[in-house]
Amino acid sequence: MSKPIITAEGLGKAYQLGTKLDRNATLRDAIVHALRSPLKNLRSRIGEPTDEANTFWAIKDVSFEVNEGEVLGLVGRNGAGKSTLLKVLSRITEPTEGKATLRGRVASLLEVGTGFHPELTGRENIYLNGAILGMRKIEIDRKFDQIVEFAEVTKFLDTQVKRYSSGMYVRLAFAVAAHLEPEILIVDEVLAVGDANFQKKCLGKMGDVVKDGRTILFVSHNMDAVASLCSHTLLVQGGRVGERLTPDEGIKQYLALSNEGSQLPLKSKPRIQNKKRPPIFVGLNITGESGHPNVVECGGKVTFEIEVADCDDLKTGAMCGIAVTNDRGARIAFFHTLYHGGFTFKGSNHAKFTCTVPSLPLTPNGYFIELVMADGYGIIEKVERADRLDVVFADVLNTGKIPSNHQGYVVWPAEWEYSGEIEHTRDLAGVL
Amino acid sequence: MTVADAMFPQAPEPAYVPKDLVIQARKGWIAIDWAEMFRYRELLYFLVWRDVKVRYKQTVLGFAWALLQPLMQSLIAVFIFGTAAGFQKLLPATVPYLLFALAGQIPWQFFSTGLGSGGMSLVNQQHLLTKIYFPRLFLPTGVVGGALVDLLISLSLLVIFMVAYHFSPTYHFTPTWKIVFVPLLIIPAAIATLGMAYALSAITVTYRDFRFLIPFMIQIWMQMSFVMFPRELLLKSPKLSHYEWLLAFNPMYGIIQAFRHFALNMDWNPNHLIIGSTVGVVLCVFGMFYFRKTERRFADIA
Repeated sequence: MSKPIITAEGLGKAYQLGTKLDRNATLRDAIVHALRSPLKNLRSRIGEPTDEANTFWAIKDVSFEVNEGEVLGLVGRNGAGKSTLLKVLSRITEPTEGKATLRGRVASLLEVGTGFHPELTGRENIYLNGAILGMRKIEIDRKFDQIVEFAEVTKFLDTQVKRYSSGMYVRLAFAVAAHLEPEILIVDEVLAVGDANFQKKCLGKMGDVVKDGRTILFVSHNMDAVASLCSHTLLVQGGRVGERLTPDEGIKQYLALSNEGSQLPLKSKPRIQNKKRPPIFVGLNITGESGHPNVVECGGKVTFEIEVADCDDLKTGAMCGIAVTNDRGARIAFFHTLYHGGFTFKGSNHAKFTCTVPSLPLTPNGYFIELVMADGYGIIEKVERADRLDVVFADVLNTGKIPSNHQGYVVWPAEWEYSGEIEHTRDLAGVL
Repeated sequence: MTVADAMFPQAPEPAYVPKDLVIQARKGWIAIDWAEMFRYRELLYFLVWRDVKVRYKQTVLGFAWALLQPLMQSLIAVFIFGTAAGFQKLLPATVPYLLFALAGQIPWQFFSTGLGSGGMSLVNQQHLLTKIYFPRLFLPTGVVGGALVDLLISLSLLVIFMVAYHFSPTYHFTPTWKIVFVPLLIIPAAIATLGMAYALSAITVTYRDFRFLIPFMIQIWMQMSFVMFPRELLLKSPKLSHYEWLLAFNPMYGIIQAFRHFALNMDWNPNHLIIGSTVGVVLCVFGMFYFRKTERRFADIA
């Protein structure tokens, strides 16, 4: 077997917090500093060891290998060091220690549309962006038509991109990048742009790249993309990487990490607000027929009791929603005061909602409950992971079997008929 | 072709042979990677092209601005220094003040754009520094390249007025054969400009003070290069003429002087061109290495 296409050995990148860089951030400081303490300045120039306490290691002791044709997904929470690692590997910033060897032509895509100039036309930007990404003019000429077709901007080729809609802009930018033919492609979160259709197209294009046997290093918070594209994953945590894992195992560990803090009371959970204000959602109770809190049977009844506080400033048109999301962040169901209850309301300093769902036919799995408060102008508060909801097996189809969470999200009843000879019904259930 | 060759055709040479790319911390001065710059040469072309294209976008006059700027500056010089201050009489009888001023303004405009825009080229394009890798030296080089295109366009201005003054009964200006050397002066001018653009752009990333200092530097430097008024002003004072050699350390002083000598047949001191060009080369080498030394931190502090 040939050498791995990427080898990282003990990579580390340190940033100086506060002092070192800031100290000489302006010329005046540099001059004053040089005059006041010439000796110290000299010492720091010869390479005096830096102040450990003020050193922040964005990544540390990172070692891993990637073989040709592998798609390695880097997963981890925000600030774990994924982006720093990609920046080091794409030579944007130099590591403080360690070494990485890349055996092939590298292209990195840390942002869609790097180097696009708003004043230039689509056609001109294709060439400029292509050149910045490392394509030869000849190569761009050859792929020009494909790029334009992929981006669906044929009509606007000679329009300045500053007049493009943001969707068109992103499509064009991704199209150029997608037609790079490097041996190693480094991609950071670029799929988080564009509409759903285009995202699907991008994923498809990335899939093609994978089929061509090229190597991809991929950072994303989109676990569905990680699951469908990656052959391996690395979990990045606190600037360090763990073992190579299978995508399923990596995603599981990542999700376990992101669930940390779920023990907090709802009042203290992280939330998104349109402006700084005291928490609105302060209590959530989920009861089903199973007898355990937060556990419901497939197809069973579930009741959500939500306590809200400190929102009497919402004078009119307020709405409240409960979303059920799966462990990959996709919304499965949504229950809304206006859609389901048929009402909007006035905020209050203390009030309670009760939402009863007669049947929640989800496939058995762990789910999350997201709470949203909004008015006609937009979201006021959103708690993405307000609580957990575990759906457990129940024989709703009367066959002793229901689809699993790998097979679908919801369990629908259906009637089956067959014109030939039917073998068994319930007896075989155990075998299947 | 032998039979063996036909039977065992050699695999075609791959177009691009990837060399192992090693990423690790480097210390001290870093060599300039000419091979890499050559590989990326088309990017430099596109950066210059972008600079030229974007500069006059959405202007009514477009490229005419490349001519109007030095022309207007020179006209101001004609009125203030040529007429009002009476420096016209310091020039040879065949040289109108407008030609004299243009011959200073055109190379100066190139240099000052290189200093101004070149010095800001990294700070203005931080998004490129933090998002993608390419030879960083290309950013200031691209801006200077764009300024070079302007320089070539504005040279036509000089030609137009030379022809016009040739038919003027007062001056009857006629260039000598030495005018063929004028284009050669672009070389030392470009070297000095690049050097300043490299050094200033790199230092501006760390010390944003230069954002304010650079315009000021340009002002002073312009006076030190005798762009608007003749050096004869200095020479007629026995005391001051003694110190002219000090000015020669400014590369633009010698280059503008040589420009006026080749184009307008005015007196010059060739030593000033030699000293200035040497300083320019030193500046350029220093600028490049200073740039390379600091470039690894650009993405961290930009």
